[in-house]
Amino acid sequence: MKRTRETNALVSIGIVGLVVLFAAPQSLELFAVISLTTAVSLAILALSLGLIWGYGGILCFGQTAFFGIGAYAYAIAALNFGGSSSAILVAILVAAAVAAILGYFMFYGRLSDVYLAVITLTLTLILYSVIRRTSGPEYKIGIAKLGGFNGINVPPINYPWDSNHFLFPEQVFYVAMVALLGSYFLCVWLTKSHFGRVSMSIRENEVRTELLGYDVRLYKLCMFTVGGAIAGLGGIMFANSIGRITPDVFNLYNAALAIIWVIIGGRGTLIGPIFGALVLFYLTSFLGQQSVVNINLFLGLVLIIFVLVVPRGIVPSVVQMWDRRRSRRMTARSARKFRRRGRTRVKEGGLEE
Amino acid sequence: MDLVAALALQIVYGIANLVLISIGLAVIFGMMRVINLAHGEFLMLGGYTVIVATNGGVNIWIAMFILAPLIVGIIGLIVEWVLIRFLYGRMVDTLLATWGLSLFFIGLVTSIFGAQTATTIAPPFGPITIGEFSSSGYELFLILVAILLVGMLYFLLRYTKLGLVARGTMQAADMAAALGVSTQRVYSTTFGIGAALSGLAGGLLAPITGILPTIGAIYIGKAFITVISGGTAILAGTASASILLGGINGIVSFVIGPTMGEVALLLLAIFLLRLMPRGITGRFFKRSL
Repeated sequence: MKRTRETNALVSIGIVGLVVLFAAPQSLELFAVISLTTAVSLAILALSLGLIWGYGGILCFGQTAFFGIGAYAYAIAALNFGGSSSAILVAILVAAAVAAILGYFMFYGRLSDVYLAVITLTLTLILYSVIRRTSGPEYKIGIAKLGGFNGINVPPINYPWDSNHFLFPEQVFYVAMVALLGSYFLCVWLTKSHFGRVSMSIRENEVRTELLGYDVRLYKLCMFTVGGAIAGLGGIMFANSIGRITPDVFNLYNAALAIIWVIIGGRGTLIGPIFGALVLFYLTSFLGQQSVVNINLFLGLVLIIFVLVVPRGIVPSVVQMWDRRRSRRMTARSARKFRRRGRTRVKEGGLEE
Repeated sequence: MDLVAALALQIVYGIANLVLISIGLAVIFGMMRVINLAHGEFLMLGGYTVIVATNGGVNIWIAMFILAPLIVGIIGLIVEWVLIRFLYGRMVDTLLATWGLSLFFIGLVTSIFGAQTATTIAPPFGPITIGEFSSSGYELFLILVAILLVGMLYFLLRYTKLGLVARGTMQAADMAAALGVSTQRVYSTTFGIGAALSGLAGGLLAPITGILPTIGAIYIGKAFITVISGGTAILAGTASASILLGGINGIVSFVIGPTMGEVALLLLAIFLLRLMPRGITGRFFKRSL
C-alpha cells in the first residue's frame, strides 16, 4: 500500500520534471528560462541539504560553501582548460574533496550537532571575507583572476569536448534540469539503499547504530561528501545561469536561505526542499521588486514561525494531514462494517438461544 | 624594539577584540548551552544605539557604557520572553529560531535606518605614538575595558549570591531547581546579561568599524569559533581561546597579511576541535569559571 503510493509519487515527480524539461524552453521567454535555470540550480543546492540534513541528520549551516566552491572551481578550471567538459568534473571533485576534508575533522572529532552547524557556517563566512579581498592582480589561479568582490566571469558550457560551440541559454536549462532530475533520483536511490538506511538509523539514534557495529563516523563522512558533491553541481549550474560568480554566494543571507528552503519544504523528504527552493526563489524575487516589506524581515519571520508552528515543514505536514483524513475515512468505513456485522451476529446468537 | 612593542600592542588588541565580541555569546552558551545566532545583531544594535544617541547629542560615554547595554539588554529580555523560552532543550530549533531573529533584526534596522553606513562617530581618543610608530589610543582603551570586563564578570560569578546561583544552575539545573532556585529566572537573567554585554561590545566597537545593518556577519564567525573552541567555561574558555586564536591571527596577519590571518584563525580552530571536541576547557581548566 505505502510502497505503491511512494512509487506513484516518484513516477509523477519524474513526469512533471520531464514535462517542465521539455515544455519550459518552448513556452517561456528567454529571460524566464534563464531565471528558471537559476531556480533549478538553487533547487539542486536545496536537495543536497535536504539529503544530508533530512536523511543523514547532519546539521550543516554552510551548505552554500560547497555550492560556491563548486561554482568558483568550475569558473577557474574552465578558464584554465579552455573548455567546460572536464571543468565540470573537476569542480564536482573539488567540492566533494573540501566536504570530505572538513567532514573528516568534524565527524572524526565527534563534534555535536550545534558545533557542526556553527563550524560550517563559520567556514562560509570566512570564505566570504577572504574571497572578497582577492581583488588584486596577484590573486590568480592559473590564468583565472579571482577578482575580489567583482567575482569571475564564467565561460558558458560548451558541447562535450568541443570548446568552440557554446550552449544557448535554453540548452543550459536542459542541462540544469537534467542535473536536478539526475541528482534527485540519485538521492532517492541512495536513501533506499543499505547506505541510506544506515544513515537514517544514525539520524534516529547514533549510539544504537554504533552499538550495532556500524562506523558512524564513516557513514556520516560519506553522506556529507555526497552532499558536498551535489551542492557543487548546483554551483556549476548557478554559475552558468548567471554568467558570473561573486563572493556573495558565501554570504550569511544565502546560507540562511538554504536552511529556510529545507525548513519550509520539510526535512525528511527530498521533494520538499526542492519545492521550498523554487517557491522561495520566485517569492523573494517578487518581494525584491517592491519596497514595502524588507526581505530579511520577511524571511526572519517566516523562519521563526515555521520553527515554532510548523517544525516539520510543508510537505510532511500535508502528507500527514492527507493520511489522517484518509485513515479517518477508513476507520469510519470499517466501523460501519463492524457495526453491521455485530448486529447480525447478535441476531444469530438470539436465534440459537 | 619599538616595532616589537607596536606589534605586541596590535596582537593584544586583537585578543581583546575577540574577548569583547564573544563574551556575551560565551555567557549565554556557558549558562544555557544555547548558541545565539542573533549575537551579531545584538552587537549591531549596540552600535546603532551608540551612534544614534551620540548624534542626538548624548554624551558618548553615557551612550557607550549605559545606553547600549541597557537597550540591548532589554531587547534580549524581550527576545527570551517571546521566543527562547519556548525552545529550551531543543537546541537545533533554538539555533534556527535565533537565526530567524537575526534576519528579522537586519530587516528591521534596514527598514528604519536604510542599508547604507550610518553616520560614523570619531573615537574619543587620538592616536598615541610608540617611538616611530603610531597606534590608536582607543584600541589601548578597549584592551583595558576588555580586561576590566573579564575581571568584573569573574567577581560577579565568584563572589556574589547571583553568581553562586548562576554557577549552581550551570552545573546541575535540576539540583538547583530542587533547592528552590527558579532556573527559569536565572536563564532569562543570563540571556539579558549576555545581550547587554553584546550591546556594550557593539557600542564600543562602533567608532572603529562604523556600522551597517549587516555588520553582525563580520563578527559572528569569529565570535562563534572563539566560544566553541573555548568550551563551556565562560571566562577561562573565552580568555584562553581568545589568546590562542587572537595571537595566531595577529602573528599571521603581520607575517603574511590580514586575509591569511583570518584563514589561520579558522584552520587553527578546526584543528583544535579535532583534538579537543569539547573545547579547550573541556580538557584543561575543567573546574574553572
